Amino acid sequence: MYSIGIDIGSVAGKAVIFDGKEVIGKKILPTGWSPKETGTKILADILKEVRIERNQVKSIVGTGYGRVALPFIEKKVTEITCHGRGAYYLDNSIRTVIDIGGQDSKVIKLNEKGNIVDFLMNDKCAAGTGRFLQVMSNALEIDISELSQIASGAEAENINSMCTVFAESEVISLMAQGAKKEGIAAGLLQSVANRTNGLVSRVGIEDRVFFSGGVSKNSLLKNMLEKKIGVDIYSSDLSQFIGAIGAAVIGFEDE
Amino acid sequence: MRPKLMEQVEELRGINSVKIKEASEGGKKVVGMYCVFSPQEIALAADAIPVTLCGTKQEPIEEAEKELPRNLCPLIKSSYGFAITDKCPYFYFSDVLLAETTCDGKKKMYELMGKIKPMHIMNLPQTAEGEEALEYWRKEMIRFKSFLEEKFGVEITEEKLRDAIKLANRERKAMKRLHELNAHKPAPLTGMDMMLAQWLKGFNVDKEAGIRLIEELIEEVEKQIEEGKFAFDENAPRVLLTGVPIGSGSEKVLKILEEAGASVVVLENCTGYKSLDVMVDEEKEPMLALAEKYLATPCSCLTPNTARLDLIERLAKEYQVDGVLDLTWQACHTYNIESFTVKNFVKDQLNLPFLQIETDYSESDVGQIKVRVEAFLESFIETAK
Ligand code: SF4
Ligand code: SF4
Repeated sequence: MYSIGIDIGSVAGKAVIFDGKEVIGKKILPTGWSPKETGTKILADILKEVRIERNQVKSIVGTGYGRVALPFIEKKVTEITCHGRGAYYLDNSIRTVIDIGGQDSKVIKLNEKGNIVDFLMNDKCAAGTGRFLQVMSNALEIDISELSQIASGAEAENINSMCTVFAESEVISLMAQGAKKEGIAAGLLQSVANRTNGLVSRVGIEDRVFFSGGVSKNSLLKNMLEKKIGVDIYSSDLSQFIGAIGAAVIGFEDE
Repeated sequence: MRPKLMEQVEELRGINSVKIKEASEGGKKVVGMYCVFSPQEIALAADAIPVTLCGTKQEPIEEAEKELPRNLCPLIKSSYGFAITDKCPYFYFSDVLLAETTCDGKKKMYELMGKIKPMHIMNLPQTAEGEEALEYWRKEMIRFKSFLEEKFGVEITEEKLRDAIKLANRERKAMKRLHELNAHKPAPLTGMDMMLAQWLKGFNVDKEAGIRLIEELIEEVEKQIEEGKFAFDENAPRVLLTGVPIGSGSEKVLKILEEAGASVVVLENCTGYKSLDVMVDEEKEPMLALAEKYLATPCSCLTPNTARLDLIERLAKEYQVDGVLDLTWQACHTYNIESFTVKNFVKDQLNLPFLQIETDYSESDVGQIKVRVEAFLESFIETAK
């Protein structure tokens, strides 16, 4: 028997299929306009890819902000619980999860059983999230995927505003003053690292720390964050999928 | 199952707004109050009707923001907004207002509000500790008594005070018994109904009728318990709600909690259980007895406020709660700062899950609050497995 976890985030929909031991298939699609359509498509796609019939799947669990739009799920669980469970599944020595997604960032604290003991979320404004970096990349006229590369080795400019709107005009005026893109890019990443550190220190850090969410692919940001919080942080190729993995694990365990 | 009498309790809203008009037109005096530090007994002894004016609705906030900073506690803005728009019948019919120097936001707002209607300010000490604080507060009771005597041209005799104390105690006892019914597992009443019943008592023009209705409700609920009819099933996570006052219109987080499957069994806030815990001593000299009772309110405006932690601990045990949610209004310094103390206490001393939600009266953050609340509940359902 198998279980499926589907995580519909603000930017991408992710699905994994789980056999009780291993993740045997994964799929990612842009969320687009309709979380429901994305969810339906991603489910069909993943079943086809791993050549498994729907009736061999005992449970489908939905998570992420779009979870309420999925008509075919057995159960919906919040992204906070799923991220915690997913990270714990990947490595059961994880005690802190830092997740920076497209629209929110969160810090989750786990106990030795993988249960959530505390969490904090920033989702009121775009500050410190993927959305912030997206808007700033646009202002710099670069692609968000280039941000890390451009910024590496550069002296970071000081970006004082946390608010996306104000930071954007700060970036524009820095450029007008002749500041280099490299330095501004580094400054932006530093600002996200600082903001995240603020969130982390309110919950309290406990080793080992896992970094997930779309933004975790940015290696320079990861380094900046490590310096800021003072411990090593870990990531994984599957880090974008940990919400979906957590959902699948929960679905498999449920009777 | 919802008790049938809850409908009658809800109807009080309409009934009381008519009654207050009739009473006022019939020559009765009305004293509008804002806080559970307000000694309603003194108003009752002056043969006046005490009503609660604490703003719990979003509507008048926009108007209030024309004069008050936006970045201010919604309760203060709502209270002030009702005063300047004159949309609240209870404010309209109030002859005088009673306010206290509680938090900074309120006391500065009262300076503005005092220009609209005659207002008396009681100076609340910053601490409940020590003889001096009590003596000071007792004198404030006397000052308020003299104020009403002069304003209304009445004499507030000791006998009248003693009668008023007995009446208010009877109301408190009834409300307390009602609240205690939810110590039963599973809880017979939803937190929403409990909030409504507790909140509506603040508008009762006819206290005797209000007490009677609550006593009947208690009987009905007791019968339901015997018959095994409850508001939630055995497995519903039991939550203690602490923090700022709530009422109809500001019950957002309570509603989200219960819609997510929690049974909110204790309302520790001042609109819930906090004011019911201690009775006024009926033997002592009335002014001293009142001073003692009201100074024993474990509100975050007092420092230190360790009595709040003691109360949370006691209630958490009595009501077998599974988690504590601390609700704080945006820009409320006292509760927001105290939340850190409460968090540490709940987590380390009581070993219970804890969540703070800071919000206002608007609906703009409902989605975000839902995620937090659901994750909070999931965390102890998972742990229970
Ligand atoms: S929280 Fe304190 S100051 Fe505010 S209404 Fe309640 S008792 Fe009064
Ligand atoms: S909630 Fe806080 S800021 Fe608002 S009135 Fe009460 S004590 Fe003052």
